[in-house]
Amino acid sequence: MARAIVNKSAAPDTKLLPRRAIILLGAQMLTIGVLGWRMRKLQIEDSERYRLLAEENRVNIRIIPPRRGLVFDNKGNILAHNQQNYRIVIIREEAKNSAKVLSDLAKIIPLSKDDQTQVLSEIKRHRAFVPVKVVDNLTWEQFAQVAANSPSLPGLIPEVGYSRFYIENEVMAHLVGYVGPVSKKDLARLPKSNPLFQIPAFNIGKTGVERELNSDLMGIAGVSRQEVNASGRVMRELERNKARSGVDIQLTVNTDLQRFAMARMANLSASAVVLELKTGNIVAMASTPSFNPNEILSGISQERWSNLLTDLMRPLSNKSVSDAYPPASLFKMVVAIAALENGVVSKTEKVDCSGVYEIGDSRYHCWSNKGHGFVNLERAIERSCDVYFYEIAKRVGIDSIAKIAKLFGLATNHPLPVSAISKGLIPTTAWKRNTLKSKWVLGDTLNAGIGQGYVLATPLQIAVMTARIATGTKVEPRLINAKGGARVLKTIFNKIEVSSDSLNYIRDSMVSAVNNPRGTGYQSRIFEPANMFSGKTGTAQVRRITAAEREKGVTKNENLPWEKRDHALFTGFAPSFDPKYSISVIVEHGGSASKVAAPIARDIMLFALHDGIPPITAYPPEQREKVSKKLNKILERSRSKRENVDEITDDMESRT
Amino acid sequence: MIEFKYNHSEAPRGMIKIFYLNWPLILLIATVASFGFLILYSVAEGDMVPWAKPQMIRFAIGFSLMIIIAFTHIDFWRRISILIYIGSVILLLLVLSVGDTGMGAKRWIDLKIFRLQPSETMKLGLVMMLALYYDWLKPEKVSKPFWVLLPLIMIILPAGLVIRQPDLGTGLLIAFIGISVMFLAGVSGWYFSGGLGLTGIFLFVVWVSRNTPWQFLKDYQYRRIDTFLNPSLDPLGSGYHITQSKIALGSGGLTGRGFMQGTQSQLNFLPEKHTDFIFTTLAEEFGFLGAISLLAIYGSIVIFSGISAIVNRSRYGSLLTSGLTITFFSYFSVNIAMVTGLAPVVGVPLPLISYGGSAMLVLLLSFGLIQSAHVHKPRTKTQ
Repeated sequence: MARAIVNKSAAPDTKLLPRRAIILLGAQMLTIGVLGWRMRKLQIEDSERYRLLAEENRVNIRIIPPRRGLVFDNKGNILAHNQQNYRIVIIREEAKNSAKVLSDLAKIIPLSKDDQTQVLSEIKRHRAFVPVKVVDNLTWEQFAQVAANSPSLPGLIPEVGYSRFYIENEVMAHLVGYVGPVSKKDLARLPKSNPLFQIPAFNIGKTGVERELNSDLMGIAGVSRQEVNASGRVMRELERNKARSGVDIQLTVNTDLQRFAMARMANLSASAVVLELKTGNIVAMASTPSFNPNEILSGISQERWSNLLTDLMRPLSNKSVSDAYPPASLFKMVVAIAALENGVVSKTEKVDCSGVYEIGDSRYHCWSNKGHGFVNLERAIERSCDVYFYEIAKRVGIDSIAKIAKLFGLATNHPLPVSAISKGLIPTTAWKRNTLKSKWVLGDTLNAGIGQGYVLATPLQIAVMTARIATGTKVEPRLINAKGGARVLKTIFNKIEVSSDSLNYIRDSMVSAVNNPRGTGYQSRIFEPANMFSGKTGTAQVRRITAAEREKGVTKNENLPWEKRDHALFTGFAPSFDPKYSISVIVEHGGSASKVAAPIARDIMLFALHDGIPPITAYPPEQREKVSKKLNKILERSRSKRENVDEITDDMESRT
Repeated sequence: MIEFKYNHSEAPRGMIKIFYLNWPLILLIATVASFGFLILYSVAEGDMVPWAKPQMIRFAIGFSLMIIIAFTHIDFWRRISILIYIGSVILLLLVLSVGDTGMGAKRWIDLKIFRLQPSETMKLGLVMMLALYYDWLKPEKVSKPFWVLLPLIMIILPAGLVIRQPDLGTGLLIAFIGISVMFLAGVSGWYFSGGLGLTGIFLFVVWVSRNTPWQFLKDYQYRRIDTFLNPSLDPLGSGYHITQSKIALGSGGLTGRGFMQGTQSQLNFLPEKHTDFIFTTLAEEFGFLGAISLLAIYGSIVIFSGISAIVNRSRYGSLLTSGLTITFFSYFSVNIAMVTGLAPVVGVPLPLISYGGSAMLVLLLSFGLIQSAHVHKPRTKTQ
C-alpha cells in the first residue's frame, strides 16, 4: 500500500497521538457523565425538595431609588428641589391588555395616541411586573379621578413620586443644568453599571452641576426584599436596606444677583460673570437668553425644542464658559503688562497716533479715525488707543504676550463642575506653525495686540484675568461652597509672578479709563467714592471692514444686520482701592462697549457691592432720572418667582 | 519546517467537498442552536425580541463563515496560525488599554457592529499556535525542557493577560486548553504529574496564607470561594445566584414544567437568565429529560470531533481538532458545573445557546476549522 503523504513524523505520531486523544476523550465523557449524574441528583432525587422551595420562593428584590441631593445657593436658598409629583404607572402583567387600558385612561385624562404608543414600547422593554410610568405631573383633580376609576383600569396605579423641580426656572438653568432619563449614551459614559439604572426612566444629570456632580447628587440605591405570590405580585415587605440620599450641594452663586443680572441683560444675547476676589467664588454667572429646565423635564414639545436649538442667540449655551470671544481691547492690559515686564516701553514714552498704523503696504486702523495724538501707556489704556498697542505688541512679540496671558488665566482650563467649558485660545508662533501649518507674520502680532485675530477668551477667563490684575494673586474661580454640609476648602492664592509696579500702573490706568472724563468708560463710573469702579471697555469686530468702506465711512452698527454688529465687552473691578469683586460682561453684537456693556457691568457691580438694589446716589447726578426708571423696569422683570418657597421648606422639615 | 505534501489530486476539490463535510457534526450544531432559539424565545416571555431574533441572525452569519472556512484548505489555516495567535495577543493588550468596561472589568473592544471579546478569539489562536508548534517540532524533542518551556510561555502570556482584565475564570480555562494540547502532543507524563503536585501545594499555601499579612488573594476573592463552598453566606450576591439556580433546576423534575411555564426563570429570580444562566431555564422548563438530551448532544459533538481527530493522520489537523474540541467541551462543562453548583460562578456561556455574539462566532469558526481539517485530511489511495 503506497502512502500518499510524505511525513517524517507520521510514524511515531500514529501511536502516541491517538492514545492520548483517546484518554482525553474518555476523560471528557467521564465529566459529561458526572454532570449527568449531578442533574439526576438535582432533578430526580431532590426534585421534591426543590419544588417545595420553589413554591416558597417568594422573595423578590426591588431597588429603591435614593433621594437626589438638593442644590442650594450661597445663602442656603434651594435651587434644585425634589417635588411631590402625582403620576400613574402601569404594570403590564396586571393590565393584561395594556393598549386597551391606556385608551380607556385617555378618556379620563389627556393622553395622546403618540404617548400611548411610546408607553407601550417602553413596557415591552421591561419585565412584566416592573411599573412603567404612563403620565406624571398630574393635578390633584386628575389624580383623584383616575384613582376613583381604578377598578375599571386594571394594572394602572396612581402613585406619588418625586420629580426634580428648579425653583428659579431659567435664572440658574445653565449653571445647575437639568436631569433626564438615563440614555444608552449616558450608560456608555458612566463609569459602572449601577443598579439604579435598571429603574425605568431613572433620572440622571444631563447638563451643568446636575451632570458634573451627578455621582454626588445621585445617592446610593436601597434594596427592598419583598414577598411576592406565584404571579409575582408584591404581598409585603420583608426587609429594607435603606437607600442613601444624594449629597446636597451648595453653590457660591448669589441668586438675587444672578436674577438681577439675567433681568438686566434680558432680550440681549449676553453673559456676565462676577467673581469674589478674596475667595474666587463665582457669585454670578449669567447667560442670556436662557431656557426653562422645568419645561424640558415635563416634556418639551418638538417645536419648542428645535426653536431652542436653532435660535441665533443660542439659549442652550452657557456663554460664560462655553463660548470664546475675541477679548478685543480687554486684552490690552495683558499686552501692556507684557511690554512693561519685558522693558520694551517706559511709562512715560509717548507714541503718536494718527488714526492709522502703517507697516509696509498694510494699514492698521485705530478705532478713532482722527487718532489720539501723542499718548503714553496710561492714556492709551484710558482711551483704548489701538495704534499705541500695535506698536508695543510689535516690540514685545507674541510669545512674550502669550506667556503673560497664560499667567493671567487666559487659554487655561479652570476646572468647574459646569458643562462644555471652552479653553479659549492665545496664539503663539509654535501654535500657528503646528495647527495652521503657516508662518507667524507681523500682522498676526498686531491683531493680537488689540485682542483680535486668533485671540479668544471666555467671559469667565476675562473675569479671572481682571481678578488677578486687581489682587496680584492667582485667583482661581470656585463654584462649590459645600458638599453635604461640609465646606469645600478655600485655597490661598499665590502671588502672581509680575512686578507690583507694573500691576499698580495698569490698575491706575483702569481707574482712569472709567473715571477720567476722556476715558471710554466714563459714562459708567460709580459716584460713590468708597466704591470707585475701574475697568476697561472692548469692542470686538466680527466682520472685515474693507478699504472701500473706510473711504466712505464705516457703517454704523445700528445699520448692520444683528449678527454683523460688533460684540460689546467690559471688564472691571471695584472698589478700586480695596477690590472686592471683578466682573466681565459681553453683549454679543451689542455694538458700542461704552454704551452697552459698561452700563450693564456697573449696574451688576453696584448690586453686588450693595447686595441689593443700590441707592440712586451711587449714580452720577445727571444719569439718576434715567437710571431709576430703568432699574424699576428691571425689578419688575426680576420679581421673585419663589412663591412656593414656604411650602417647600415645610416639606424639607418633615423629611429630615 | 516540515512541509506537508498533501496529495492534492486525491483531496476533494470544488463543490465536491460538500460530500466530505462532517455532516453529523453540522446537524448536531444546528440542533443545539435551534434549542437555544427556543429558550431565548421563552425567556423573553414568548417574544422574538430582544434575544431570539438577533441570535438567529448571528447564527446565520457564523454558520456561513463556518462553511466558508470548511471549504478553505487546512494548509492555508495552518500557515496563518501564528498570525491569529499574535493578532489575538495584540487584541488582548489593546483591550487592557482601551477596552470597554463591563461589570468592572475590561473585556470588550467596541467594533461598532458588535463588541469583540478578545479572550474568546484567544482560545482559537492559542490552539492553532500550539498545533502549528508541535507540527513543526520533531517528536523526539517534545519532552526536552527547552521545548516544553516554549509552549508554556505561549500559554502563560495570553492567560496572564486575561487574568489581568481581571477575568480569573477565563484565564484559567485558556491555560487548561493549552495544557491539554501539550498533553495530546505527547509531552512526558512526568511534567503533568509534577505540575499537578505543584498546583496542589500552591493552592494549599494560598488557603493557609489567609488572614496573614502575606495572603495571596484579595479579601473579596477569598469571600467568593467561601460563597461557593457555602452559598447561604451571601444570599444577595453570587450565593443567591447559585441557590436560585439550583431551585429552578431541581423544581423542573423529570419532565419539566413545560415550554414557557418555568415559574422560577420567568419570574425575576434569576439574573443573567438569557446568558450564563440560560441552562437553568432549559432545565426547569424541559426537565431532566431536556437537560440530559442537551448533554447527550454536546457529548455527541465531542465524540464526532474526537473521532475526526483520531483518524486524522496530519499532526496539525489532529491536534487542532482535539484542541478545539477541548475548548468546546470546556465551555459547556464549566457552564453546567457552575449552574449546578459544582464550580464557582465564572463568566462562561453555554455554547451555541447563551445570548451573545463573540462566543457564538468563535465557536462556529472553530467548527469551521474542524470541518476543514476533516475535509482536507491526508488520504491514502483506495484501490
